[in-house]
Amino acid sequence: MEPAVDLRAAVTLLGRFPALAGVDLRVDAGEVVLLRGPNGAGKSTLLRTCAGLLAASSGRAHVLGHNLADGRERRAVRRRVALLGHATGLYDDLTVADNVAFWGRAGGADDADVAAALAALGLDGRLASVAVARLSAGQRRRTALACVVARRAELWLLDEPHAGLDAAGRDLLDHLVRDAAAAGATVLLASHELDRAAALAARHVTIAGGVVVEDSRTAAPAPPTIQSLPVAVAGSSV
Amino acid sequence: MSVPLLADSRLVAGKDLRLEWRSRVTTNQVAPFAILVLVLFGFALDADAALLDRATAGLYWIAVLFSGLLAIQRSFAIEAVDGTRDALRLSGLDPGGIFLGKSAAVAAQLLTLEVVLLGGVAILYGTDLAGVGLLAATCLAATVGIAAVGCLYGALAAGLRVRETLLPLLLLPVLAPVLIAATRAFEAALGTVGVNGWAWVTLLAVFATTYTALGLACFGSLLEDS
Amino acid sequence: MTLSATTRPPAATGDAGPAPGPPAHTGSSGSRVLGTLTIVGVVALVAFGLVISPADVNQGDAVRLMYIHVPAAIIAYLAFFVTAVGSVMWLVRKSTWWDLVAASSAEIGVLGTGICLVTGMVWGRPTWGAYWIWDARLTTTALLFLLFCGYLAIRRIPADPAVRNQRAAVAGLIAFVDVPIVHFAVSWWRSLHQDATISRLDPTIDGLMLFTLMLGMVVFLLGYLWLMVHRFRIAWMEDRIDDVGLDRALDERRAEGQPQPVAAAETDTVGAL
Repeated sequence: MEPAVDLRAAVTLLGRFPALAGVDLRVDAGEVVLLRGPNGAGKSTLLRTCAGLLAASSGRAHVLGHNLADGRERRAVRRRVALLGHATGLYDDLTVADNVAFWGRAGGADDADVAAALAALGLDGRLASVAVARLSAGQRRRTALACVVARRAELWLLDEPHAGLDAAGRDLLDHLVRDAAAAGATVLLASHELDRAAALAARHVTIAGGVVVEDSRTAAPAPPTIQSLPVAVAGSSV
Repeated sequence: MSVPLLADSRLVAGKDLRLEWRSRVTTNQVAPFAILVLVLFGFALDADAALLDRATAGLYWIAVLFSGLLAIQRSFAIEAVDGTRDALRLSGLDPGGIFLGKSAAVAAQLLTLEVVLLGGVAILYGTDLAGVGLLAATCLAATVGIAAVGCLYGALAAGLRVRETLLPLLLLPVLAPVLIAATRAFEAALGTVGVNGWAWVTLLAVFATTYTALGLACFGSLLEDS
Repeated sequence: MTLSATTRPPAATGDAGPAPGPPAHTGSSGSRVLGTLTIVGVVALVAFGLVISPADVNQGDAVRLMYIHVPAAIIAYLAFFVTAVGSVMWLVRKSTWWDLVAASSAEIGVLGTGICLVTGMVWGRPTWGAYWIWDARLTTTALLFLLFCGYLAIRRIPADPAVRNQRAAVAGLIAFVDVPIVHFAVSWWRSLHQDATISRLDPTIDGLMLFTLMLGMVVFLLGYLWLMVHRFRIAWMEDRIDDVGLDRALDERRAEGQPQPVAAAETDTVGAL
């Protein structure tokens, strides 16, 4: 089976700066991978490259079977992935429901998907009709996450998803990630919250200086994660 | 091929108009500014009725261009905050559809402004609004052209630190033929000058078609690489 | 195609050069021939334009401005056409070569419209009694000048080369597509005002004057090519400077991840969890 992400010696330039300096990474469909590394290591760039936002200037970069060197393919892959970045990508003057509906429909979701996403993030009550500008930072993150959920993406790219969320929000996020993985989606997760993220992902990839310096698939923390996974998918929260 | 394009453009136009409906920036800021420009022209021309009567068509379209500039800047300012531009690229929406949608939303706001301004010149300058068919056709053709070029340059300048100063420099020379043609057509409609107004409307339509086609072809690359 | 031989910087000529890298100048035997021809042409044009050709019956010596004014306008149109072609080629093929051609040509085009405007105004004063009248061609040229000033403004905004080229290419196309529309609108508009369309020249032009005008065109064309070669080479060398650094930048970037102490310590922490 074709891997969800297949990077070989992939180089991504930000201007003239090689943020990715030859990354080798293969991720199979359904895997949950934690990306680790110091600030400026290239984690965000790796996620943005996988999302088709940045072109790989050399090496091989295939995501969900699309060759990212080609502009048209890069555009095609975007319909199938969801990226939660540092910015939330929300319109301040629109309500929570308007935002989720717009970004969801743009990704091919229907009204039921949008309603389900709002409900999944606990945004279907009073908050739905509040303008995003009046939300707290954590509520903004939840709304952005609802947009990701509504897209029903095959590849989830989460950049510091735990940042800004309260304990309940983090539990909800972990739950959603496990659900998505159980439903067959691939998840790439960049995080500094190692204790939380480590429990989510069975595979840890460390990036430094724009290259992969360590890839531990069966690292020490992995076995307990795998044992706890079926329980979480079954519906009981942590 | 064409159906997703139109569906995407409807979605984007709907989003922009809903955003305007909720924020009321055009209604509460741009429209009063447009009327203010008319009043200032009145001061500058010493409220001379004969002079204002002759200059109405030109002053009207200058007011439209200036307030249109604000509407276009607003339309792309909302795409420049908190990663919405990335989100738009990532959304998978057809770039041509985004272009058509944003142009349509800008055009709808401009047409509203133009109706307000027509009321403004009728009241402030005592203009007798004759030749309604020609006036409407001129407004429609000119507006589509302004919105198309505006969205192209708006996307190009969005996100630049110098966008407020760059956009007028880029946009106004390109729109010079629109100003000439729309003013002449208005003069014909208002009976100020005896020219064939419909010929000028044709020129406006050519302008609108050309830039809409160029926008459909080029908007994707602008959204992509800046 | 004239320039295709110049895509590679010319081989360093003197051994006294500071380094075996790119040459410190933009000259080559081809450009020197072009330059010599241009200078000889300018001398001939001065002789014909100021001395040999006769003064006009009506306009007197002012007519001599024509030998600069008209060729400058035509070169400007040619230059903007080349810019449009270069823009399309960048959009279609992402060819840096064509982008640099478009950029170089636009600069010369703006220079051409500038010369055309200044000589037009100087010429207008004795002929029309005013520096500026809303003559169709002069007005169109003024708008062209402003349109491509905008294009150059976009090029000067610091950005990643690919982004800058993309923006500039689209702006170049927007501006160029506007040229015929501006031309139509302005000439149609001015034709409403009978008094303003003053013909500066009799349709029957003296043979020697016609020859001088043609000479002016040839000299300006040579000058355009000469400037293009040099401007393009400067742009190309600037581009190369940016490119040469890539391998080194890659090594430096990878080295950031090498100092293992930090990474190793982090791994241990995770292992302990």
